Amino acid sequence: MARFLDKLRKQGPKVANPNKKVLAGAPSEANWTKCQSCAAVLRKKTLEETTGVCPECGHHHKITAWQRLEMLSDQNSFKEWDRNLVSQDPLGFGQEYMEKLARDRSRTKLTDAILTGRCTLDGRPLAIGIMDFRFRGGSMGSVVGERISRLLERAVERRLPSVVVTSSGGARMQEGMLSLMQMARTSAAVRLVNEAGLPYITILTDPTTAGVAASFASLGDVVLAEPQAIIGFSGARVIEQTIRQKLPPGFQTSEFYLKKGFIDRVVHRAEMRSTVSNILSILGANLEIEKKGGEQ
Amino acid sequence: MSTILEVEKPLLELEDKIRELREVDLTGQVDLSSEIRQLERKAKLLKASIYENLSGWDRVQIARHSGRPTTIDYLENIFTDFTELHGDRLLGDDPAIVAGLARIEGRACVVFGHQKGKETKENLIRNFGMPNPEGFRKACRLMRMAERFGLSIVSFIDTPGAYPGIVAEERGQFEAIASSIMLMSGIRSPIVTVVIGEGGSGGALGIAVGDRVLMLENSVYSVISPEGCATILWRDVSKAKQAANSLGLTSEKLKELNLVDQILPEPLGGAHRDPAETFDTVKKAITRNLNDLSRSTPNQLVEDRYQKYRTMGRFREVEGSELEP
Repeated sequence: MARFLDKLRKQGPKVANPNKKVLAGAPSEANWTKCQSCAAVLRKKTLEETTGVCPECGHHHKITAWQRLEMLSDQNSFKEWDRNLVSQDPLGFGQEYMEKLARDRSRTKLTDAILTGRCTLDGRPLAIGIMDFRFRGGSMGSVVGERISRLLERAVERRLPSVVVTSSGGARMQEGMLSLMQMARTSAAVRLVNEAGLPYITILTDPTTAGVAASFASLGDVVLAEPQAIIGFSGARVIEQTIRQKLPPGFQTSEFYLKKGFIDRVVHRAEMRSTVSNILSILGANLEIEKKGGEQ
Repeated sequence: MSTILEVEKPLLELEDKIRELREVDLTGQVDLSSEIRQLERKAKLLKASIYENLSGWDRVQIARHSGRPTTIDYLENIFTDFTELHGDRLLGDDPAIVAGLARIEGRACVVFGHQKGKETKENLIRNFGMPNPEGFRKACRLMRMAERFGLSIVSFIDTPGAYPGIVAEERGQFEAIASSIMLMSGIRSPIVTVVIGEGGSGGALGIAVGDRVLMLENSVYSVISPEGCATILWRDVSKAKQAANSLGLTSEKLKELNLVDQILPEPLGGAHRDPAETFDTVKKAITRNLNDLSRSTPNQLVEDRYQKYRTMGRFREVEGSELEP
C-alpha cells in the first residue's frame, strides 16, 4: 500500500489534476489551460507549481486531496487509514449510482470523498482528513461519517491534534437519512476531541455547504478558509427561489463569513501550511509538554 | 380547515354517502339501517386498505396535513404547567421553535419543538416552522438549562427544514445547526425526541439528537425534501413523488435502518382524524421512555447516546486488492 501511494505521489500531478475536468474550456494544446476566474492563459505546469492558484488574479482553483496532502504534510510521513471502507447502495438507487462510485474511485485514486490518515507537519504528528470535491461532489455518506469518526476517535486515543479540510456540497442523497445521521455522528466525535483537550482545526475550501458545513466543518477550535470559497447552509439557488430576488455579490463567500464572525481567518493557499503549523504549535503547546513528560 | 388528501378521496365520498343515508334514515320514512351497516363495513375495509398501502409520497401529504396536531397541541394536551420561554440571549426570539418548561405525568422537563401554523396568518408568524439560527440557539440555551437543573428534555420535530433566507445565512445557519447537534450529543440529561410531522433535514436534526427518537407512524423524516431531491437529482420538481418513494423517509424504513427507535401508531387515517387518541399514544410513549432513561446515570446516557449514533451507517469493508488498479 505504501509503495502504491509513493507511486501515486510521484505521478502526483498527472493523477491529481485531470485538467480537462477541473479546468473547463482549456485551449487545445495539452500544456495550456485557462484560469476559471480571469480567463488568463496559463501553463498547466505553472498551475501545478502554485497548487492551483492563478498567478494573474489569485483565484484558488479546486485541487485534489493528494495535492493538499502534499501541501499540509511532511514528505513521506502520511499513512492512510480506512482506505478499505466503501459505499453501498442502501436505498437501492441502482446500477448508475454504483457505476458513478466506481468511476470516481478510479479517476481520483480515492475510495470515497475523504482521505484520512496520520502524518507529520513540521515534525509534529497529527490526524488529517481531506475531502475531495471530485468524488461525488465531496458528498458525505456513511463512509465519510465513519472515517471522520474513526479519525477523531484515534486522535483521542493517541492524543493527536487533528486537521480536517472540507470540500463538499453536503449530504450524499443516495444514502437518504443514513447520510443525514452522519452530521450527528461526526459532530458527536468532535465533542470527544474537545473534551480530551485536543486541538481540532478545520479548513473550509470551495465549496463547503449544507450537511458538511452544518456539522464537523464549522466546529473547529479554529476555522480557516481559502479565499472566495463558497460556504453556507442553503444553496444560492434555493435562497433565490425562496426570497425571489438575486443575492448580493460576495454573499456566502469566505470573506463574507469572516466579516460575520464565523471564520477565524481567510488564508491564501501559499500560506496555509505555515498558518496551520503555527496554530498547532500554540494550541498543541501543552500536548508537547505532556508527550515529553511521558517519555521521561 | 383541512386539505383533503388524494388517497383519502374515495373514503371521504363513501363517508359522505353514509351521512346522507343516515339523515334520510332519521326521518323515519324508510329503514336504511342495513344499507348503512353495509356501507360502513365497506368504509372500514376501504380505510384499512388505503392506509395499509400508503406510499412515501402519501405519507408526505399526511405529514404535512394542515389538521395534523402541532407542537403546541402536544404541549397543551399532554403536558401540564407549560411556561413558554423566549429568546436566544444573543439576538432575538424565533417563533418557528417554541420552547419552555413543563411537566409530563409530574416529571419536570424542558420542552421545545418546531411550530408550524394552522392557517396562513399563523404560518407567516411561525415562518412555516422553518427556524432561523436564533431558534437553534434558543433550544441550546434551554438544553444547557435542563442539564444544569437535572431536567429531562423532550423535543418535537415538525419542519420543512431550516429557513433558507439571506439573514439566516448571514447569522450563521450552518454554525447554529452544527453547534446544536454537537451540544445535544453531549447533554447530560435524558432526551426523548418525537417526530410528529415533517422531519426536514438539518433543520430537524438540529434539535433531534435523542436517547430515544420516536416517530409517529405517518410522519416523515428526510435528508432533503422530495421537491429538493427531484430538482437536484433529476432537475425536475415534478418528480417529487418519485423522489419521496426513493428517499426512504417513512417511519417503517427508518426503523428498519435503525435510525429511529420506535414507531408510534396513529389512528387509522392519520393523527388529524383522532387527535385525542394520538395525544394519549404520544404521552404514554414519552413517559415510558423517560422512565426507562431515568435509570441511567448522566455519564451512561451520554456514552449510550454516542454509541447509538456511532453505529448509524451502511458501508462495506473490503480487501485491499479489490480496490487497487
